[in-house]
Amino acid sequence: MPPFQTVLEEHSAAVMAVLRGAVGREGAEDCFQETFLSALRAYPKLEHCRNLRGWLLTIAHRKAIDHHRARGRQPMPVAEPPREAAVDSLPEPDEGLWEAVGALPPKQRAAVALRYGSDLPHAEIAAALGCSPAAARRSLHEGIKRLRRELT
Amino acid sequence: MSTAIDRFRSRAEEEGLLDVAYASADSPFGPLLLAQTPKGLIRVGLPNQDVDQLLAELAERVSPRVLEAPTRLDEVRRELDLYFEGRLQRFDLPLDWRLSAGFRQRVLRAIARIPYGQTRSYTQMATKAGNERAVRAAGTACGSNPIPLVVPCHRVLRTGGALGGYGGGLPMKEALLQLEGVLDERPSG
Repeated sequence: MPPFQTVLEEHSAAVMAVLRGAVGREGAEDCFQETFLSALRAYPKLEHCRNLRGWLLTIAHRKAIDHHRARGRQPMPVAEPPREAAVDSLPEPDEGLWEAVGALPPKQRAAVALRYGSDLPHAEIAAALGCSPAAARRSLHEGIKRLRRELT
Repeated sequence: MSTAIDRFRSRAEEEGLLDVAYASADSPFGPLLLAQTPKGLIRVGLPNQDVDQLLAELAERVSPRVLEAPTRLDEVRRELDLYFEGRLQRFDLPLDWRLSAGFRQRVLRAIARIPYGQTRSYTQMATKAGNERAVRAAGTACGSNPIPLVVPCHRVLRTGGALGGYGGGLPMKEALLQLEGVLDERPSG
């Protein structure tokens, strides 16, 4: 197991980006603390370290869900997506778009945020959501379909 | 981002999750690595040692919960600074001995009691540790000292006064003995 400091240095930026996408800038700070504290607690008992990034993003995703639960189910606009956001087949991101993303059901919202907010590949989205790559692809697809419907 | 990491670090400490805190410190010989557990100072890495490897060893042998936490090492850094300035002769720091065991640990504990400015031979240290014939093993114990400087293995010489070896390189051993007034300053070369 590498020293936890290495894990922190290598993955803190990705975790923060995902959390900003999932809960917005303000909530992201707290979720970041919670994510890394949980990870540090569990770290010595981790069986292998083949996919530390996926493991951290899974925890981050859970903390984001806790965060939303704690605030009731109010729709959370996804604020300030990272500048380098990939937007292949989506319209240019603007206020309306991210508001619509925030209104998606949690899994679709997370999948869209992870894909287009954080530019993660399907396999890592699956790891973060704790589902199969196929299911991640489905959530993403459903999310985009719904966005298209609502924005056009 | 850095404030988020700082906050995480202090919360980890509050919750007792910081098993190994480390920091680097300046010295006249180059940067030192200092590592500490809740029990005390566990590792001093000398300038010629590889930091990543030292940290990997700590993760494996002590706990993988290794985090950089400079303020935790303030007191160690302060005493080392004073020592290098010649203003401190006795370290007053709790030590964590767990990286050495058995005979080696007995040798190192005996070394920790050698007063400032004095030297002992490897044979004397073997005797102190309970086996006067284990001179070579005493030498190995010095060579594997996880807490050099604070456990002053530089004060152990060959019988007859030859310098012997040093993990940080012989010039460093020589300089430390000069600092403590054991060796006369002499032009090198």
